[in-house]
Amino acid sequence: MTPALIEASGLVKHYGDFVAVDGITFAIREGECFGVLGPNGAGKTTTIRMITAGSPVTRGELRVAGLSVAEAPRKVKALLGVVPQDDNLDPDLLVRQNLEVYARYFGLHRETVRQRIDEALELFQLDDRAKSNVDDLSGGMKRRLTIARALVNDPRVLILDEPTTGLDPQARHLVWQQLRLLKARGVTMLLTTHYMEEATHLCDRLVIMHRGRILREGRPHDLIAEVAGPQVLELRLPPAERDALLTEFPQHDGVSVEQVEDLTYVFGGGRASELAAARVGDPHRAHLRPGNMEDVFLLLTGRGLLD
Amino acid sequence: MIAVALAPDVSRGAFRVWQRNRDATLRNWLTEFLGVAIEPFAIILALGLALGRFVELSSGEEYVQFLAPGLMALFPMFAATFECAWGSYVRLEMQGTYESITATPVSVDDVITGEILWGTTRSLVNGSYILLVAFILNPWLHMIDSPWALLAIPVGVLPGILFSSISIAFASIARAMSHFAYFFTLVINPMFWFGGAFFPFDDLPGWVQVVGWFVPLKHVVDIYRGLVTGNLEWSMLISLAWLAVATAFFYVLAVKLMRRRLIH
Repeated sequence: MTPALIEASGLVKHYGDFVAVDGITFAIREGECFGVLGPNGAGKTTTIRMITAGSPVTRGELRVAGLSVAEAPRKVKALLGVVPQDDNLDPDLLVRQNLEVYARYFGLHRETVRQRIDEALELFQLDDRAKSNVDDLSGGMKRRLTIARALVNDPRVLILDEPTTGLDPQARHLVWQQLRLLKARGVTMLLTTHYMEEATHLCDRLVIMHRGRILREGRPHDLIAEVAGPQVLELRLPPAERDALLTEFPQHDGVSVEQVEDLTYVFGGGRASELAAARVGDPHRAHLRPGNMEDVFLLLTGRGLLD
Repeated sequence: MIAVALAPDVSRGAFRVWQRNRDATLRNWLTEFLGVAIEPFAIILALGLALGRFVELSSGEEYVQFLAPGLMALFPMFAATFECAWGSYVRLEMQGTYESITATPVSVDDVITGEILWGTTRSLVNGSYILLVAFILNPWLHMIDSPWALLAIPVGVLPGILFSSISIAFASIARAMSHFAYFFTLVINPMFWFGGAFFPFDDLPGWVQVVGWFVPLKHVVDIYRGLVTGNLEWSMLISLAWLAVATAFFYVLAVKLMRRRLIH
């Protein structure tokens, strides 16, 4: 097994009385894309701030490539490429200057990184904007430039905090495509997101975080299969009709029912779900579909993700 | 233990932050330096010559001559303050520049030190330029009496660091752009008017002189006045020592406050 690049054990972060991160343990291996999935306030960004030495650890152990973050913050930060949630490109500098000046913070000279910057600008389709003002870029371009900037020091781990939040679907797909390309090149990634689709698309392995704790860890498709099952029945029916329908499901462990607002989800119904869907006959009122990450989250926390 | 806790964690990263500010400023060099270039002429004309005609000093010198050391202290102070009060706040709060830099091997202390060094650089550029203007106009206005005046440039490093540190310390506790009104109304403006730049301090009542002694700008003006006139006095060394102590205090304060703001 490849050694862990980022290793957290029993990691705790308090802000006064508030517990932002409540004893989490995980290990990210070289070459994998590791996801942290959870709603706003789950503790994802706090975890990232601790890894990037921006927030002191209250308790527990945190190591990057074997180095303690608390003891060697500069060395740790030299190994990381950070894409923060909000773009913080330097508006006082041109697009290419943003990368050159950023490389200088790592002690890398402009000539040394010239080729790397050329490649990054080309990869992220920004080569014709090299002399633009940052403020003239679209949201998607800014995001891509931020990712390109995080790569100028050839980091051991690329850390992405909600990389596509706030982007339109086209821009989001372009970012995903580029992240997949980086993954194919063997770049190790830590990615937080509250988009299920993003986690499923990009992550080899992920943890589901909620209220500062890790609820579950696994590969996206394994988690879906184990927790949500292959099929989910969504019901949008008046309570009486719904209850009548639900009585026909076998009463054993494999079946679970969750109510979110006016929607009822039936997990693990198997053959009974198929029959029920066919009997209602209207996909708007009874919809049988494959399980997804959102279902996993719903089942683990008992409530919707985007609340 | 206390010494370790107080010692800023500074590396070459501070210089890289300085380079960032230099590059950002040079991109807009015309807008950045146009005001700097014109301002001394305007104030020498308006205050020194126009207003000066109505002023009669007990020392017998022309008002424009009295004004020269004041201007050499005031404009660099403004250069440092604008850069490290508003400028730093914009980079800290609006642009997320500090956050992006501290994600690299550069520390918070490096960032603050680099910012202060840049504020100091701007204040030195400004001060040197005013001295140059005074030299150029010297055949007509006689603002500089002694070659000691050249020492004002290296001495200017101290007030440059001091006013940059005071400004960045304030920026680190400001919660909104509008809070800078307090800073300019309560700190910079009183210093501007009552720092001994515009009228002789010695003619004022005793208690004003006691209060005034604690105003950093007064000591800068006193030192420059001695250098420009060539009347060197021992009290200038005391002023220098006062400035050194204040500079060390505010530098450490700025670093501490900004750490509190950024690392949590």
